[in-house]
Amino acid sequence: MNIITIIDKLGLTQLSEIFNPEQEINGGYTSDLLSDVMGNASEGEVWITMQTHKNIIAVASLKELAAIIIVNNHKPEKDTIEAAEKEQIPLLGTNNGAFEISGEIYNLLK
Amino acid sequence: MHAQYEIQGGDFTKAGLASSEVKKMLKQLNLDPKIIKRIAVAMYEAEVNVVAHAYHGIMDIELNTEKIIIKVQDTGPGIADIDKAMEEGFSTASKEVREMGFGAGMGLPNIKKNADELILNSKINKGTEVKLVFYLNHQ
Repeated sequence: MNIITIIDKLGLTQLSEIFNPEQEINGGYTSDLLSDVMGNASEGEVWITMQTHKNIIAVASLKELAAIIIVNNHKPEKDTIEAAEKEQIPLLGTNNGAFEISGEIYNLLK
Repeated sequence: MHAQYEIQGGDFTKAGLASSEVKKMLKQLNLDPKIIKRIAVAMYEAEVNVVAHAYHGIMDIELNTEKIIIKVQDTGPGIADIDKAMEEGFSTASKEVREMGFGAGMGLPNIKKNADELILNSKINKGTEVKLVFYLNHQ
């Protein structure tokens, strides 16, 4: 399933604008610990987190993650959005918590 | 081939920059993507360790047809107990660093899992040297 379909189906907010809407999502990983994501997430997965600082983009880029969803309506810093657009990593937001949004994405992808 | 990058201790806005540069370079050299993935994880963790714990660091990359060696040398407080530092979950990171999602005590274990060789030398109040070796024709 591509990222734009997931954005539509789950009503996610687009926090960054420059990315490929056709980007395929093949799974997800939910964590707020950066080393946990470095160690255990896989390429093409969507990362669900409450972290909003710029370093999440470096992690997503190095791991070639497909997108980042920031939960609980937390807002990313301005330099996080800039980094996301530079790396063309979709930075998305939701009012839901990590449990709900992870469950919804799990159901969409299974 | 040889390349060198600087790492500024304490500056989280630039954490990961050196690793991103090296990863781009390795991709251009058409190395096996699986090896690049392992290198990316290990060198990022080594870089973040300098940012989180040390004052200043240098990342040295040496590449030949057989292997890639990444050496990260820092000036900093050093590691008091290397065995303890290698344990998953152990960290001396500050509260602020932990709140950012770093300092989970997974950095060195992640390096160990991803590098073919890890050699760690540290002197208290001087600094730490981390040497990572990846064999290019290794399965």
